[in-house]
Amino acid sequence: MSGDIAAVLVLLGALFSCLGSLGLLRLRTFYERVHPPTMGTTLGTALVLAGSILHFSVLGSRPVFHEILIGGMMLVTTPVTYMLLVRAALRRDGDDAPG
Amino acid sequence: MTSPFFTFAIAAAQVLLGAGMLFALLRLLRGPGAQDRVLALDTMYVNAMLLVLAFGVRDGTGLYFAAALVIGMLGFVSTAALAKFLLRGEVIE
Repeated sequence: MSGDIAAVLVLLGALFSCLGSLGLLRLRTFYERVHPPTMGTTLGTALVLAGSILHFSVLGSRPVFHEILIGGMMLVTTPVTYMLLVRAALRRDGDDAPG
Repeated sequence: MTSPFFTFAIAAAQVLLGAGMLFALLRLLRGPGAQDRVLALDTMYVNAMLLVLAFGVRDGTGLYFAAALVIGMLGFVSTAALAKFLLRGEVIE
């Protein structure tokens, strides 16, 4: 039963991550394409990690929280890398970058 | 212990994550700019990390967690280094 709930959480996270990657493929300009993968890195990762925490807590009959490490790291590093990347794109585009 | 629904849901999640990696790979090959390729590589890293986590949930072992952690950290470092290279022309000044 609880394994099924964990599986649903993992499935939802994978769905969000897949949709984010699809947006990365479909959108037209780079500044639009930056947005969709963030959904995969935040909501997708959070849901998959929640499923993993639930599953291993039930399996081990004790609270298991070491997945928080990955979650916290993704939460901190994603904005840093994307800000660096957009700044690099702005510099490469020069003056004709969209406002 | 593991119900058929559990097996099916985890398999579906793995298929979805594989499709996400495929989309990112297509964007990586298509470009058009270097920043698009770096972004696609970062998305592939995240999808691969989630795929490894899904493998861990399916098998019920904690071994995959360390691999996912390493993939996440290397993804951050490589993306930051590539973005810095695009920004300045060199990684370490």
